[in-house]
Amino acid sequence: MLMLKLALKNLLGAGMRTWLNVFVTSLSFFAIIFMTGLYKGIIESAKRIRMDTEVAGGAYWHPRYDPKDPLAWDESHGPLPAPIARQVAVGESMPVLVVQGAMYPAGRMSPVVIKGLPPEQRVVDLPSYTLQGYGGTALPVLLGGAMARSTRLREHDTFTLRWRDAHGTYDAREAEVVTIMQVENMLVDKGQIWVPLEHLRRMVDMPAEATFAIVGQGVPLLAETGDWRARDVNYLLKDYIAMAKSKESSARILYFILLTMAGLGIFNSQVLSIFRRRKEIGTLMALGMSRGRVVGLFTVEGGLHSVLAMALGVAYGAPLLILIAVKGMPLPYNPADFGLVIGQRLFPVYGPGLILGTTLLVAALVTVVSYIPARKISTMKPTEALSGRGTQG
Amino acid sequence: MDNGHIVEIHNLVKRFPVGNGFFTALQDVTLAMATGEFTGLVGPSGSGKTTLLNIMGGLDIPTEGSVTVLDLPLKGQNHKTLANLRRDSIGFIFQTYNLLPVYSVFENIEFPLLLLDMPVDDRKRAVNEAMEWVGLSDKAESRPAQLSGGESQRVAIARAIVKRPRLVIADEPTANLDAANSHNVMGILAKLNRELSTTFIFATHDEKVMGYLSRIVHLVDGKLDREEIIASPPHLQEK
Repeated sequence: MLMLKLALKNLLGAGMRTWLNVFVTSLSFFAIIFMTGLYKGIIESAKRIRMDTEVAGGAYWHPRYDPKDPLAWDESHGPLPAPIARQVAVGESMPVLVVQGAMYPAGRMSPVVIKGLPPEQRVVDLPSYTLQGYGGTALPVLLGGAMARSTRLREHDTFTLRWRDAHGTYDAREAEVVTIMQVENMLVDKGQIWVPLEHLRRMVDMPAEATFAIVGQGVPLLAETGDWRARDVNYLLKDYIAMAKSKESSARILYFILLTMAGLGIFNSQVLSIFRRRKEIGTLMALGMSRGRVVGLFTVEGGLHSVLAMALGVAYGAPLLILIAVKGMPLPYNPADFGLVIGQRLFPVYGPGLILGTTLLVAALVTVVSYIPARKISTMKPTEALSGRGTQG
Repeated sequence: MDNGHIVEIHNLVKRFPVGNGFFTALQDVTLAMATGEFTGLVGPSGSGKTTLLNIMGGLDIPTEGSVTVLDLPLKGQNHKTLANLRRDSIGFIFQTYNLLPVYSVFENIEFPLLLLDMPVDDRKRAVNEAMEWVGLSDKAESRPAQLSGGESQRVAIARAIVKRPRLVIADEPTANLDAANSHNVMGILAKLNRELSTTFIFATHDEKVMGYLSRIVHLVDGKLDREEIIASPPHLQEK
């Protein structure tokens, strides 16, 4: 307790020198929590967007379906096995039929993936209900903003759509853009259009067939799915999880750099402090303070730096962090244009683990880097410290 | 000590490494100080006064010979034991005051008592009493930077005596003071010596100080040259 009181007194007594160090350390605290929170926010945001608009609670795949092998898609369709069909019937899952085709907006040809979904579905957050009220004669089409920009299509524009049916026959018809949806997941946007499932089934002569079925969030995957393969969320997000893990190492490097900055600031301050305060150290020893207690005093002073930095960081950082977490940070560009699944506003995520972990880590680091130079004191002769020379002995 | 000696030194030698050799700061010094003495170590610069004071104060250790302070033989003691000796029984007064810059006058004087874990009420009483002794009660909240040289040295004296040490070691306590302040400081120290029977050992070459001493030990080139007994220590006079 005495050490703590003396250390606090010394720190506060040092005035501006202390507060400058404390401010720099608090900046490191703030930057570490903000950057890590931002990174976590990007990961969480991408996961949430993909789950809301694409993955939901998992999927059942046709046995030959492989999303990365479009050449196999012609063979990747069939009737839903009975257990899946029952789940679809109660609205807990929705079937999707995938067909390759080509579209001709303004006379230009563009390959496209045609996806049929039930317009009334509520499994994924896509505005498919807008397909329901269409009263025209063309095929109603839903497409994403990125797709609309790349094809230069606007709502109510029409274009020719061509496809090959189940028998290998090419067919075509007029399609009309009913809705351009602003979706943050380019995986349901770029290179694809969404049409009513029953229309597509009739177009390709695949009645009651599907390529895969998406399971609603919170709905348990069926154990019995016939020859269809159940894919849980982790499986469907495995590429994304692998990418997130690979990004973790770069986040750790950033974390390390910020920690090193905080540590170097304190280390530098402690080295200077011990150099400048040799005479004071000698006086403390002459007054009867043991070397161990002097080392302890300087180490506690260093540790208190981090406590004051935390307090200062909370004072100016907490309102700022909370504001950004609530309001989000707008991006100056559309991330979907770069193929990124990120919201247009970034919402950092600061969990208690991040705040507590960072606090403890920085406090421990600061204490260690305070102890290292303070240890020099233990080799100092009182007489030489008193004379201001402070050599070892 | 049973023989009334607070410090006993026998055949003390102190050498410091210099380059490839050694510099002998003290050579074959044998000396004893009785309780309550007001003694000065006098000699020119480089005569070994400060080195001898440092050894008697447990701040340095002898190369050869024996030094016993308050019944504790200093040779072979570890740093902690020497620190405890200084904390419990020795007060120091330095030429450059060595006040702790971020502490107030009160806190500087209080510091040795904090190291002794003295209860807060006793501590306050002792500090106030010490400030009265040196006439600085009105400067309790001042910082060292706000004090004159004479005031700073009076704070250093109060800090040295606040714990009522048996031995006070003062290294050139008047070297940075003008004549008036030097006499003021020495008057205070002489009064404390009379009233508290504390043993004072000075290193000095200040003529003004010598008038207050009851014993003068002359050092020349690290050797004991001669001694002068001016008067018996006050508490011995009472006997």
